[in-house]
Amino acid sequence: MSTPVEERVSISSGGVITVIAGKVELGQGVLTALSQIAADALGADLAQVRLVAARTDGGPDEGLTAGSLSIQRGGPPLREACARVRAACVAEAARRWGVSPDEVTVRRGEFRSGDLTATYADLAKALELPMEDVRAVQEERDYVGTSVPRVDLPDKVAGRPRFIHDLRLPDQLYGRVLRPPSPAARLARPAPLPQDLRVVRDGSFLGVLAETEAEADRALGRLRRLTEWDDHDTLPDERDLRTYLRAGPHETVPVCEATGEPPEGEVVGATYSRPFLAHASMAPSAAAARWNPDGTVEVWTHSQGLFLLRRALADVLGLDLGRVVVRHVEGAGCYGHNGADDVALDAALLARECGGRPVLVRWSRADELTWSPFGSAMSVDVSAVVDAAGSVRSWEYDVWSQGHISRPTYGGEPNLLAGAHLERPWTYRAATDPPPQAGAGMTRNAEPIYDFPRARITGHRLTRTPIRSSALRSLGAFMNVFAIESFMDELALAAGRDPLAYRLDHLSDPRGREVLRRAADAAGWGRPGLGIGFAQYKGYGAYCAAVAEVEAEEELRVRRLTIAVDVGLVVNPDGVRNQIEGGAIQATSWTLKEQVRFDRRAITSRDWESYPILRFSETPEVVVELVEDPAQPSVGAGEAAQGPVAAAIANAVAASVEVRVRDLPITRDAVIRAMG
Amino acid sequence: MTRLNLNGTPVEAAADPGTPLLDVLRGEMGLVGTRFGCGAEACGACFVLLDGAAVASCTTPLSAVEGRDVVTVEGLAPGDELHPVQQAILDEQAGQCGYCLSGIMVSAAGLLARDPHPDEAAVIAALDRNLCRCGVQRRVVRAVLRAAGAEVAR
Ligand code: FES
Ligand code: FES
Repeated sequence: MSTPVEERVSISSGGVITVIAGKVELGQGVLTALSQIAADALGADLAQVRLVAARTDGGPDEGLTAGSLSIQRGGPPLREACARVRAACVAEAARRWGVSPDEVTVRRGEFRSGDLTATYADLAKALELPMEDVRAVQEERDYVGTSVPRVDLPDKVAGRPRFIHDLRLPDQLYGRVLRPPSPAARLARPAPLPQDLRVVRDGSFLGVLAETEAEADRALGRLRRLTEWDDHDTLPDERDLRTYLRAGPHETVPVCEATGEPPEGEVVGATYSRPFLAHASMAPSAAAARWNPDGTVEVWTHSQGLFLLRRALADVLGLDLGRVVVRHVEGAGCYGHNGADDVALDAALLARECGGRPVLVRWSRADELTWSPFGSAMSVDVSAVVDAAGSVRSWEYDVWSQGHISRPTYGGEPNLLAGAHLERPWTYRAATDPPPQAGAGMTRNAEPIYDFPRARITGHRLTRTPIRSSALRSLGAFMNVFAIESFMDELALAAGRDPLAYRLDHLSDPRGREVLRRAADAAGWGRPGLGIGFAQYKGYGAYCAAVAEVEAEEELRVRRLTIAVDVGLVVNPDGVRNQIEGGAIQATSWTLKEQVRFDRRAITSRDWESYPILRFSETPEVVVELVEDPAQPSVGAGEAAQGPVAAAIANAVAASVEVRVRDLPITRDAVIRAMG
Repeated sequence: MTRLNLNGTPVEAAADPGTPLLDVLRGEMGLVGTRFGCGAEACGACFVLLDGAAVASCTTPLSAVEGRDVVTVEGLAPGDELHPVQQAILDEQAGQCGYCLSGIMVSAAGLLARDPHPDEAAVIAALDRNLCRCGVQRRVVRAVLRAAGAEVAR
C-alpha cells in the first residue's frame, strides 16, 4: 500500500470504514459521539462506521481524554481526516465518471452523479492515491445533533467480553501486587519464600504470578503473611486538614489582583472545605503486558493518555520509546487520573519475568480505594465588602489545596506508583496544576462569573505532601463553585434578597442568565426549601445551573435536582443528558457522603463500608433541561454539573432547615452539629 | 468435580470446591459477563441468580452450588435473545461504562421473576445492594419498570 490519505482511516471490501480513535472510551460515550461526527464528515451511514480503540501504533496522538474536551479537541481532527477521505473518494468517482468533483454528491454512504452511483467500498482504492488539497465540502448533519444509541452498550448488556478484565491472551498468566501497608512503608527484609510461590521482587515492589485468578489471590494472601515491613507515621490529622493545607510550603498562584483600596462597607466572610475524595470506580484498575522476544513490550490499558503512559513506561523500564506499544481497552467508568496508569507498570514489571507470556494484573478493591491518587482536600476563605443593599463591592478569595495533576510525565517524572517502590526508586512528586489556559487546577473556577467591581483571588498550592493527589472530575472547580455559590447564597440571605434575583443582579453574561432562568423555571422556583447553584465550567466551558430539593428529616436526602445546561452545539442530546445526570448523581454522592479516611500512618477507607457512595435508595430524580445553542461550538458536559450541584444542595439545606454547612460532606451529623 | 446447572445446562467444574464461584465462571466456564468489583459482597457487580435469588458469586464457594441452578447475565435469555430487562436497559440507554449492569440486570430479573409488576419502591429496594458509580440509577429504575410493562413517566 502506498501512503494512505489518512493513516487512521481504512475501508474494507465490505464497505466498513474503520477509524482509529484519538480519544478513549471512559464510559462517557465518546466513541458514539465520535462515530456521529465521522459519519457526517464522511457522508457515510452510521452503521458502516467503526471507531476502534486508540493505540500508540497507527493511532493519532491527541493527548489526554480529559477535561470535557474530547468533542471540542478530538472532533475537529477527526472531522478533517474523514473529510479528506471523502474528498479523495469524490475525486476518484469524478475521474471514473468523467465529471467534475462538484457534480458528485455523497449521502449515507452513496456517491452519486446523475444516475451513476458508487459506494465507499467501490472507491476505496482512492485512499492509496496521492492526494493534493482537500476541497471543503458542505457536510450534511445526519447524525450530529441526534440521540444515537451508544455503540458499546449492546456488548455490555449481553455480558460479552468488552472490559480489560476480560482480556484472555494466549497463554496468559494472572498477577497480583502486594502493596505496602502504608505510603511510607518499605520492605523490612525479604523473607525466605516457599518454592511454589512465583514471586517477582524489585526493592519494595512485590508481585505474584499464577495460572488462574483464584490461585493468584491465594498466592497473594500467602505472600502477605510472609512479608514484614518497616513503617512509620507520615500522614496529617484527618480532623484538621485546614491547618495541614495552610501550613505549607506553598506555591502562590495569583489569579486576579485587585486594583485600588477596598471600598467602605460591611465586610462579611466565611470558610469552606472539602475532604480528600476517591475515584471509587466500580472496577479495580487492571492492565496486561507482554515482553516479546524481539524486545518490544505490549501493554493493554484503560489509561486516559496512551502516549504519556508509553513515555513513562519507557523511562521506568529503561527502553526506547519505539519498543513500547500501548493499546486502549475499556475499563469501568473513569473520572480522572485513577490507578489505570499505575497498574500498567505493575503488569509490565511482572510480565518482564515471564519469558514472553502475557500477564493480566488486577488490583483489589482496597488497592483501588487506597492507592489510586485522590482528589485533593481543599480549604477556602472568602470575604466580601457589601453596600447598603447587600450587593458586592469587593471580593477576596483564597484557596489552599494540593495540586490536581500528577499524571505520568508531569513535572518530568514517570509518576507511576510502583516506581517509588523499586530498588532504584523514582521520586513521586507532589502534584502540580495545569496552566490557566488549560483550565488550571486548584484555582479552576476560582474566578466568579459575576460582575464584581473589585476582586482579588489567590491560590496556595501545597508543594510537599505524603498523600498522592491528582485529577478527579472537575479538579478544583467542584470546591470553588461550592464555596462561591454557597457564599453568594449567604450574602443574598443576609441582604434579605431572593438568591436567584441576587445572582441575576450581579450577572450580565446572557448565556449564564438564561441557564439560571431555565433551571429556576423548570424547578418551580419560589417554593420554599429550594437551593440553587451555578457556574460556567472553567470560565469558558458549559454553563450549568442546578436547583436542589432536599428532605432533611430522619435522614438527609436529595429528592430532586433540576439542571439546565448550555453546551453549545449538541452532538448527542441523550448523551449530554446522560453525562449531566451521571455527573449530578456522583456530585450528590460526593456532597452527602464521601470522605477519604486515614490515621497518622495509612489510608483506612479501604472498602465500600468505610468509603460509602450513594445507593439506589438515596439517588435523586434528575431533570435535565438542554439549552440548545447550535451557533456556539460544542463544549463537554461531563464535569459541568459537579460544582453547581454541591452548592445547590448546601443552599437547599440552608433553605429547608436554616443551617449552613460549610464543610463537606453534608451528612446528617454535620447538619446536627451546625445546628449547634 | 462439582456438578451444577449453569444457565440451564448441567456442567461439571473441576476447580477446588473452595474456589469462589465468580472465579469459576470467569475462568473455567469462560463466562466473563459476571464482574469482579469488591470481592466482599458489597457492590453487586458479581451477582448471579442461585435458585432464583440474586447472590454474590465473589463470596459463594463452588461447593455451595453443587446440584443447584446458577444463572448468569449470559443466561438471562436463551441464545442471542435479550431478557426484557436487558432490552429495556438498551431502550432507556441506561448505562455509561456499563460495568455495574450485569449485576443490576441479574437483581432486576430476579425481582421480576418473583414479582412481575413491582412498583418503583420495590424496584429500588431490589437494586439497593447494587452500586453504580457513573450515576445511571434513575435510568435503570425507569428501565426495570418499563420491562415490567409499567407506564414510565419521563
Ligand atoms: S464483587 Fe461480589 S459483591 Fe462486589
Ligand atoms: S454505568 Fe458505570 S458503574 Fe454503573
